[in-house]
Amino acid sequence: FGGKTWYIKVSFTCLKGKYLEELNIQTVTLIPGDGIGPEISTAVMKIFEAAKAPIQWEERNVTAIKGPGGRWMIPPEAKESMNKNKIGLKGPLKTPIAAGHPSMNLLLRKTFDLYANVRPCVSIEGYKTPYTDVDLVTIRENTEGEYSGIEHLIVDGVVQSIKLITEEASRRIAKYAFEYARNNQRTSVTAVHKANIMRMSDGLFLRKCREVAENYKDVKFTEMYLDTVCLNMVQDPSHFDILVMPNLYGDILSDLCAGLIGGLGVTPSGNIGANGVAIFESVHGTAPDIAGKDLANPTALLLSAVMMLRHMGLHGHAKKIETACFDTIRDEKVLTKDLGGNAKCSEFTADICRRVQDMD
Amino acid sequence: IQFLYNIFIFSDTFFPYCPPPAKYGGRHTVALIPGDGIGPELLNHVRELFRFSCVPVDFEVVHVNSSSTSEDDINNAIMAIRRNGVALKGNIETNHTMPPNHKSRNNLLRTSLDLYANVMHCQSLPGVQTRHKNIDIIIIRENTEGEYSSLEHESVSGVVESLKIITRNNSLRIADYAFRLAREKGRRRVTAVHKANIMKLGDGLFLQCCKEVASGYPDIEFDSMIVDNTTMQLVSKPQQFDVMLMPNLYGNVVSNVCAGLVGGPGLVPGANYGRDYAVFETATRNTGKSIANRNIANPTAMLLASCLMLDHLKIHDYANMIRGAILTTMNETRLHTADIGGQGTTSEVVQSIMRIIQSGGPLTTEI
Repeated sequence: FGGKTWYIKVSFTCLKGKYLEELNIQTVTLIPGDGIGPEISTAVMKIFEAAKAPIQWEERNVTAIKGPGGRWMIPPEAKESMNKNKIGLKGPLKTPIAAGHPSMNLLLRKTFDLYANVRPCVSIEGYKTPYTDVDLVTIRENTEGEYSGIEHLIVDGVVQSIKLITEEASRRIAKYAFEYARNNQRTSVTAVHKANIMRMSDGLFLRKCREVAENYKDVKFTEMYLDTVCLNMVQDPSHFDILVMPNLYGDILSDLCAGLIGGLGVTPSGNIGANGVAIFESVHGTAPDIAGKDLANPTALLLSAVMMLRHMGLHGHAKKIETACFDTIRDEKVLTKDLGGNAKCSEFTADICRRVQDMD
Repeated sequence: IQFLYNIFIFSDTFFPYCPPPAKYGGRHTVALIPGDGIGPELLNHVRELFRFSCVPVDFEVVHVNSSSTSEDDINNAIMAIRRNGVALKGNIETNHTMPPNHKSRNNLLRTSLDLYANVMHCQSLPGVQTRHKNIDIIIIRENTEGEYSSLEHESVSGVVESLKIITRNNSLRIADYAFRLAREKGRRRVTAVHKANIMKLGDGLFLQCCKEVASGYPDIEFDSMIVDNTTMQLVSKPQQFDVMLMPNLYGNVVSNVCAGLVGGPGLVPGANYGRDYAVFETATRNTGKSIANRNIANPTAMLLASCLMLDHLKIHDYANMIRGAILTTMNETRLHTADIGGQGTTSEVVQSIMRIIQSGGPLTTEI
């Protein structure tokens, strides 16, 4: 698997010293996206260049095309590039209403079997919110659960939606959560559920989490009801570390946590798939009203790119870029409009590039 | 005083109202279900306070054993509520390690009595420190169907399906309740919370029913919001919401978020209304096992729930007297319990409330 090869490659080079890591240039598929996508992607590329990160970008477009047999699919060049590089960075994609094809995000998810959505939420110093001590990660099962899309009209006026929970998917997501905890030195994993009401489905999810927890005794495992998590989250978010949960709860909780740190404009996100594929993305919208005007805030995409660097094992570069970004925001001199300032996107980017270069 | 007046206005129900059936000799009988965890001790405080203040309410206590597999206990409780029309209850624990056919007792109670509307009024209390101020949201949550239908099956080994049922009748009913309540309380906007972009048929039906009902109330503004955006807005700008209306599961999430925003589970009372019955409890329905019997639980939520019950029984004077005493006590920081950052005990809070009631003048027994 491509994924495992990197870990071996990087750890080997770490033994030989940092300079070898620099020579090991990796290719990453870049999907700029729509709206403000292209400008924030350019900003990220500039910052990476300034930081001398060993990344080479391969730009691809993922607008859906109709394949043979009439099924919508992503263009074969994009698919091939992703399967080769295994790592992708994606900007916001627009979901056209009457185009006939399903949401692009859904298509990507199905094509690469992106089963885990990971969102680390850390309070950003300098971007004030009422919550200052947030440091948690939400890991959400992304393929089944309430979003399976299976709905029926039973009789006129009665609709049933099916929530699907399978052993395989639950085990997979639980395993990923514990692996993430181990790889990132996190102390505890909390499974979020509603097994008092949805006895069988969430009960199955919980059982699988418990089973996987047996193999990871170094990480503390707790279980908590969804409502208790929500209640405690808005009162004291510092109690939580890693949260693992099925699809719907994950959707709600990950957006809740994003709200705690300042919204979707500053939240990174990563989607992990089978076969070592990982796509990191910004989760905000395409903002068509400010597209092309150099007003966009590249922070979300930048932090997702930092997450990507960490996933690839390039912790040094990741720390450098992240620190530069947080320093710029903390300084409050050059901020884009949504962060409370009135600088342009290019000025914001230039400030971060300058800080990164000063660090060398 | 304005604050108390607002609460008074809220607590009045507006249904075409018949007097509750269990009134005899000027005294009402109310079913009391202690439940588990902090339920029994808090309900004892309620009884103590009522006895002290000479409230004309008698309680018929019905115990429900959460560890027994037979449904006799809960059926007795349901029978008692049918008899009395009104109940005050603590949360009954659901041991989810038991087999799946052992249903949640609380859920069974709600569906058997068809308590279709769960109403929770979240208001920032003046004496309590929170991150957000000036919150005043009424949350109306469909209480009987949706994700809580308890219809699950394992079709193939390792694959479980859980059904979420949305019906037109129940959606219309809850939407109508919400708009009538909004009109009665002088509220200006109702926001429906949904996820119809993903669950197109299910939440789509709910949203459509809300829109239909909204068209009959042109004086009240209606808008809708997707549930994940709602939670994000709630933690950044909760003051933008007025009345919120939603199906069962989202109601669970949103009501807990709002309870957390105004100060925690110990402060907010909740009410479950059906056509013929009403059951009052704490809004977030916590069992509180870890703080049970240690005299540290916050009695405010349960006491305010008992005031809602008194308003439902149309005994407003007593309701307002007790509510006023509770709010005055809330202003004393040194009496705050641990959940709102203080070190007071439950009994200190209750004693303080009783002292204020006694100094207020009406007939009381000895402290």
